[in-house]
Amino acid sequence: MNNSVTNTARLLGAGLRALLVLTLVTGVIYPLVVTGIAQGLFNGKANGSEIKADGKVVGSSLIGQQGYSLDYFQPRPANGLGENSVNTQYKLILSGATNRSGDNPELIKWVKEAKAKVVKDNSVPGYTVRPSQVPADAVTSSGSGLDPHISPAYADLQVHRVAERNDLPVAQVEKLVEDHTEGRTLGFMGEPRVNVLELNVALRELVARS
Amino acid sequence: MSPVLAGVLQLLALIAALALAYIPLGTYMAKVYSSDRHWRVEKWIYKGIGADPDTQMRWPAYLRGVLAFSAVGVLFLYALQRLQGVLPGSLGFSSIDPDQAFNTAVSFVTNTNWQSYYGEQAMGHVVQTAGLAVQNFVSAAVGIAVAVALVRGFARSRSGELGNFWADLVRGVVRILLPLAAVAAVVLVACGAIQNFSGIHEVGQFMGGSQQWNGGAVASQEAIKELGTNGGGYFNANSAHPFENPTPFSNLFEIFLILVIPFALTRTFGLMVGSVKQGYAILATMGTIWVGFVALMMWTEFAHHGPAFDLAGGAYEGKEVRFGVGASSIFATSTTLTSTGAVDSFHSSFTGLGGGITMLGMMLGEIAPGGTGSGLYGMLIMAIIAVFIAGLMVGRTPEYLGKKISTREIKLAACYILITPALVLIFTAFAMALPTPANSMTNSGAHGFSEILYAYTSASNNNGSAFAGLNADTQWFNTTLGLCMLLGRFLPMVFVLALAGSLAEQQPVPATAGTLRTEKPLFTGLLVGAILIITGLTYFPALALGPLAEGLAS
Repeated sequence: MNNSVTNTARLLGAGLRALLVLTLVTGVIYPLVVTGIAQGLFNGKANGSEIKADGKVVGSSLIGQQGYSLDYFQPRPANGLGENSVNTQYKLILSGATNRSGDNPELIKWVKEAKAKVVKDNSVPGYTVRPSQVPADAVTSSGSGLDPHISPAYADLQVHRVAERNDLPVAQVEKLVEDHTEGRTLGFMGEPRVNVLELNVALRELVARS
Repeated sequence: MSPVLAGVLQLLALIAALALAYIPLGTYMAKVYSSDRHWRVEKWIYKGIGADPDTQMRWPAYLRGVLAFSAVGVLFLYALQRLQGVLPGSLGFSSIDPDQAFNTAVSFVTNTNWQSYYGEQAMGHVVQTAGLAVQNFVSAAVGIAVAVALVRGFARSRSGELGNFWADLVRGVVRILLPLAAVAAVVLVACGAIQNFSGIHEVGQFMGGSQQWNGGAVASQEAIKELGTNGGGYFNANSAHPFENPTPFSNLFEIFLILVIPFALTRTFGLMVGSVKQGYAILATMGTIWVGFVALMMWTEFAHHGPAFDLAGGAYEGKEVRFGVGASSIFATSTTLTSTGAVDSFHSSFTGLGGGITMLGMMLGEIAPGGTGSGLYGMLIMAIIAVFIAGLMVGRTPEYLGKKISTREIKLAACYILITPALVLIFTAFAMALPTPANSMTNSGAHGFSEILYAYTSASNNNGSAFAGLNADTQWFNTTLGLCMLLGRFLPMVFVLALAGSLAEQQPVPATAGTLRTEKPLFTGLLVGAILIITGLTYFPALALGPLAEGLAS
């Protein structure tokens, strides 16, 4: 009995020493070395791809924002996004999805309401949006709630509204959307997309110039 | 180009990349676990541990090493979370509650990485890098070590010796995971994943005001999280978060990282048992199931049946625009057919049948290609079962790789395949029968049942993904899911190592004209059939109540 207790203690001691040594290697040295390389080579990206307008940081090109006025291009809904519930000395963005299933009544309601709103907001004199024109990404929440992109179809749908509200020619806004449309990487990876924050920054500059 | 075609091309590109890596990585790993030489840094580590890496262990000693190291890992990670409130470098975050700390500690040590916590609001730098990320490395290395021990059981005769656990553990970390993860982390930063040790960022917003997010060593953790088939995210949204997975390329790259070691281990296996063709047969089995599941997933997600998806015009709920339906389908299938559980899109909002495919992927036992190491040993157990079934049909004593599969071996294999279904079905039944667990559901009806079935399937198979509408941060779920993770990880390892020990003691049987040729396509077909039938019979009633009911109704 005594012998087996000693043996177990010795084994656990070896396990603990192994863990501590490997923690030093993989939990201290590894992240520090990677951070050093990242900060040296890709400083902007390693720190969150912040973008500036008029010398002020207006967010990260990777983190989608909510709350744009109708003068600007609208992002996807983010019904799963939250705010921190612990460590409330901060107001952190809490990423997340709605996790609603395809037959969930709440999701069906959200989609219906979002679709009606997209149709109403974007139908301006001389340009009527049909419900069938509204793409799926315009009425659904993303996985992170922070999707920085919308589909080119959703951006195109908003062109007439944005042009009217900013007193810009439609063609000029169409051109702006076109310039900010990214195709698939190497022609086949992912989906074509428009970065909403970058597009709106460019829009604000365009309005200021004209 | 249509989204469907783009999805198929992404799948083909992924297969091409995996094929290119297969021979070099598989061969390299075989050398790592066969070499007599120790690197200098490894000698320092062995000195620190106080272990002699050249001592051969029989299975009980090997198992004791696995269990002792893992037990210490759980205690250490638990303590780290409980002490977070007083640890420096923790952004001022408070300590984690006992039940959640237990759940999370078990979750990371068992390679599950179930997230009962919200990473961005709960875990500071120290817990993330020195706690969670460390277990991402070592739990993966433990999995590979156990798989290699089983392979040695087939390869060795009349010795009963399975190698040295400490040497296998350290080599897995130092020679395989660490260099690959370092390169992968830099690639991810180049795509836009963040990597810093800053505090909370407060940045301005376009419409005024500001937003707060935390910095962190995200890319370095993301790399090993995928490579070690772990899956626990830095952020709550896991690999759907743009800071973890910023571009379509980083997305495909992360899927590649998930799959590369489990697939390449089949070559390591082939080389170590002296026949690469045996490895190809196992690879073909894994590959067939994986491609088949991806195709099914793409079909159902592009077809997008379901009232909300029909209304929206596509199954885009819970999916990111930059990935689209195609790449999200590949990711979801790959993460659930391995023990990863990282997600780039939210499985609960997949179509009814799509959700069912993710569940079935885990229920197969995560063997196609499965977790790092655990996929290979799980698949070899199924191969033993398939050989046994074939033996029954022709009335011969079954053999596999020159070893007799007699009563003892088949009992151990049978115990192995019974553990996880028992855990999943019994705990799901209890959770459904008791009054309170159902309060955690977000959805009702068939999908609500699926949330609970998914949780126990994910925990018992050490996957870690979720139908995340389930509020799992309750004492009931933290405790029972923690138990499922522990039992679902270590009981199978006991049987695998016992089996390895008994195989290693045997004399090899010479192959005769009557020996089943396990390197032929016929055997691959038999193995795929055995896996699908055994899993189907076990889980069909449960699947019929959940995802099938939902999928067929829409």
